Amino acid sequence: MDLTLLVQLGVIGLTFFMLINASAILVLAERKIMGFMQQRYGPYLVGPHGMLQPFADIIKLLMKEELRPKGADKWLFTLAPVLSITAAFAAFAAVPWGAQTTLFGLLEEPVTLGVADINVGILVIFAITSMGVYGIVLAGWSSNSKYSLFGGLRASAQMISYELSYATALAAVILLAGSLSLREVVDGQSGAWLGFIPSWYVFLQPVGFVIYMIAGVAETNRAPFDFPEAEQELVAGYNTEYSSVRFALFPQAEYINMTTMAAVATDLYLGGWHGPFLPPEYGWIWFLLKVGAILFAYIWVRWTVPRYRYDQLMHFGWKWLFPAAVINLILTAALVLYFDA
Amino acid sequence: MPETLVFYLLSGLAIGASAIVIGQRNPMYSVMMLIASFGALAGLYVQLDAPFVAVAQIIIYAGAIMVLFLFVVMLLNASRENAAEWDRSHPLRQPAVVRFGGLLALLLVVQLAWALLSARGLAGPVGARGGAETVSSVRVLGRVLFTDYVFAFEATSILILVAMVGAVVLARREGEGS
Repeated sequence: MDLTLLVQLGVIGLTFFMLINASAILVLAERKIMGFMQQRYGPYLVGPHGMLQPFADIIKLLMKEELRPKGADKWLFTLAPVLSITAAFAAFAAVPWGAQTTLFGLLEEPVTLGVADINVGILVIFAITSMGVYGIVLAGWSSNSKYSLFGGLRASAQMISYELSYATALAAVILLAGSLSLREVVDGQSGAWLGFIPSWYVFLQPVGFVIYMIAGVAETNRAPFDFPEAEQELVAGYNTEYSSVRFALFPQAEYINMTTMAAVATDLYLGGWHGPFLPPEYGWIWFLLKVGAILFAYIWVRWTVPRYRYDQLMHFGWKWLFPAAVINLILTAALVLYFDA
Repeated sequence: MPETLVFYLLSGLAIGASAIVIGQRNPMYSVMMLIASFGALAGLYVQLDAPFVAVAQIIIYAGAIMVLFLFVVMLLNASRENAAEWDRSHPLRQPAVVRFGGLLALLLVVQLAWALLSARGLAGPVGARGGAETVSSVRVLGRVLFTDYVFAFEATSILILVAMVGAVVLARREGEGS
């Protein structure tokens, strides 16, 4: 086997490993940041400053007994968490996270930092994330419990509504970049205007960026849009009847989806791995920093903004967010035509 | 050779899943199998060098329309449909209706056989006959859609809009009547 292929396989393995770790780190980060925002320490017992808490969580979940309600649908109940986590991992496959590299001249052909370089990458990510809803919906239905069913119903309604705004915001960036390949979109953002403003699409698409972030929160079912699992009204929503590893897969899928959402936002709006001070070979450091910043914002929002009412969510999604996204798209198209001609 | 293998795998999956959709009685399983069938179809499109069509298939059919199907099945809480008893008085059991249905099924079989027989002469996959560029590039696809086929495109849009307005009108009537 030749070296390039081996390195490429290594990169794929590394991506997978990082994603698994991302969910563990996010669980810890969420609890720690939440703790500090509420003026307490958060988990503090396992390891120094509670840093090993995710391991304790995972071991605890692995030790639990796996329960399945008697009236549950045997096949779909098992399939649902698997679908969730598969879609979450698969979506990241089309996300590039660094410039092409030869590993400091070690390789003859440059390898791609990322799993696959697809020429319709943005659409592939969108398609796979839209499959993630099935995991939640099926979990809700197959549990044969009213709370779970309502969680699943809410999830499907919410994700369909917000997918529209999400896709429309994406379309505006595609218009600017003139390509559906994430790598080309990122490369379109290299350099700077006037020498100091980095030429990121977030400056051309501020409205689109905000719409993308809001729709992203709704797509990943995070607070303030976490209706599928609203614990005050639905016990735990779609995952009420789940336990042990099957239960663990749902939050893990949610955290990986968050990571994907943040990584795509970084690639589309924040210039991906382009940034000042660092040579291109170290661009992935910029990428990780930007993804981290967006994820911090996600957590920040979750512990700052209270949950909306369900009708407010639908009202906001259809009557404000979607029209704003459409107007943004039409304006962008007009401006692109005007400046190109 | 691996491509042929993948082709038969995907085709088998699509046909098998479609057979299960109509064959078994749990509507939830039908929906899931239909999604699997669409996924296999998308895989076939990828093999035809049409990744855009494949992704569109997943986004529109598997990602959006089937979620609505699922939503309706869940909302109505449609349970297992049991085998209906033979009811001679049911309008669909009228001999005339049954015969008409049989005729339509026969027509379908004849058409399928004709299509398969006339496709036998085609050598090689579609992508090898110069069709690849026209299908795979989103840019070309968009241009063709808005020039050569602009009438069909706009007519379809209006058709969908009409259906949407109709659905809204039908849904609102009940509320206003009360």
